[in-house]
Amino acid sequence: MLLGLLGAGSKHGYELKRAHDERLPRSRPLAYGQVYATLGRLLRDGLVTATGQDRDAGPERTTYALTDDGRAALDQWLGSVEPPMPHVTGALFTKVVVALLDADVDRAQAYLIAQRRAHTERLRELTAVKTAARATLDDIVAADYAIAHLDADLRWLHTTLSRVADWHREVHS
Amino acid sequence: MTHLQARGVVKAYGPTPALRGVTLDVAEGEIVAVSGPSGCGKSTLLHCLAGILRPDVGEVSWRGDRIDTWSESARSRLRRTEFGVLFQFGQLVAELTAAENVALPLLLAGTGRRAARTAAVNWLDRFGVAELADVRPGEMSGGQQQRCATARALVTEPRVLFADEPTGALDTLTGEQVLTQLVRLAREQRTTVVLVTHEPRVAAYADREVVLRDGMVDHTGLGFEASLGGGVR
Ligand SMILES: Nc1ncnc2c1ncn2[C@@H]1O[C@H](COP(=O)(O)OP(=O)(O)OP(=O)(O)O)[C@@H](O)[C@H]1O
Ligand SMILES: [Mg+2]
Repeated sequence: MLLGLLGAGSKHGYELKRAHDERLPRSRPLAYGQVYATLGRLLRDGLVTATGQDRDAGPERTTYALTDDGRAALDQWLGSVEPPMPHVTGALFTKVVVALLDADVDRAQAYLIAQRRAHTERLRELTAVKTAARATLDDIVAADYAIAHLDADLRWLHTTLSRVADWHREVHS
Repeated sequence: MTHLQARGVVKAYGPTPALRGVTLDVAEGEIVAVSGPSGCGKSTLLHCLAGILRPDVGEVSWRGDRIDTWSESARSRLRRTEFGVLFQFGQLVAELTAAENVALPLLLAGTGRRAARTAAVNWLDRFGVAELADVRPGEMSGGQQQRCATARALVTEPRVLFADEPTGALDTLTGEQVLTQLVRLAREQRTTVVLVTHEPRVAAYADREVVLRDGMVDHTGLGFEASLGGGVR
């Protein structure tokens, strides 16, 4: 996630926290400690690099930017489809926000389409489970629960794809 | 020989384009969902495939014959014998009882009155509404009407069933019961089904989903083989 925020331009630790909390208001606010711990890990792994420091406004501030490896790691994360389970919504939403933040419409669309495919496939599997002659009430109730959530996700995926396409068309005409 | 096929179908209502070149192959016994946002041309495509509308450009074939060039009477005979159609709006004849409504296609096809009535009640029973045989649509709930309309569409045991939003007005559970029964009967009799819906969960009953957008095929979901081979357990 922090990689995604850095993908849109280099930032200070504080700016990163703010960008995260603004973009993803539903997830828990990031603690500064968490931001710096993660940045430390990313630095160690060579995914980000410190590009500058400025001291004039009080405490020392280091600016961080993505390295090529960091960009590749971000691309890989954005490109991978989430397992279509009921709890997937958070990760799904985050990926779309990050892809759009990067102003990478093709990336966002490719991800949305791949995810829609995975969801559709899972929805069909669950429907088959439910309509099988041997299905027990347990099976059906469990399938219903997952289907209702996948159905909601899928509606959102369809709508978002249409919105992204409309928006893209407007910007490029 | 292909079963049911549309080739480059274009259809406009006056200045309004509804289909802008749709190509689609449906295999025998396949259940295909046609989905997409409101106004994308789903009903228009269904009507073209069923021989109700004639495309402005393009071809529609049924078992190798181009039905779009057939006369109106030849096409309506096809609809009475080989096809069953479940419309999005205005299904049942208000003046007739449920049994009379369901028997109607059989009577039109020349079946005797008694045999038609027996078959009609039998089909109403398969959709759990046999007790409504002598009730008129005005006194039924939306879901009950839908079941009767579904029974009527299947009573001739058509080779292809065209269903336009068959669960549109139904609550989730009732819709599911109608759909489950419809799919089960279709599988038993190897009936081909073209199912129009804008709901992902309804489309999931099909072997394959074709998504329309602005009168064109946007993308196609799992293929028939793929869904049989891998995905479905
Ligand atoms: N009889 C008609 N006269 C004029 N325009 C029509 C007619 N029927 C449909 N249209 C137009 O053609 C386009 C496609 O309509 P169609 O009914 O096929 O859409 P649909 O995908 O079935 O929509 P819905 O999900 O709302 O049923 C729409 O723009 C619609 O306004
Ligand atoms: Mg329609």
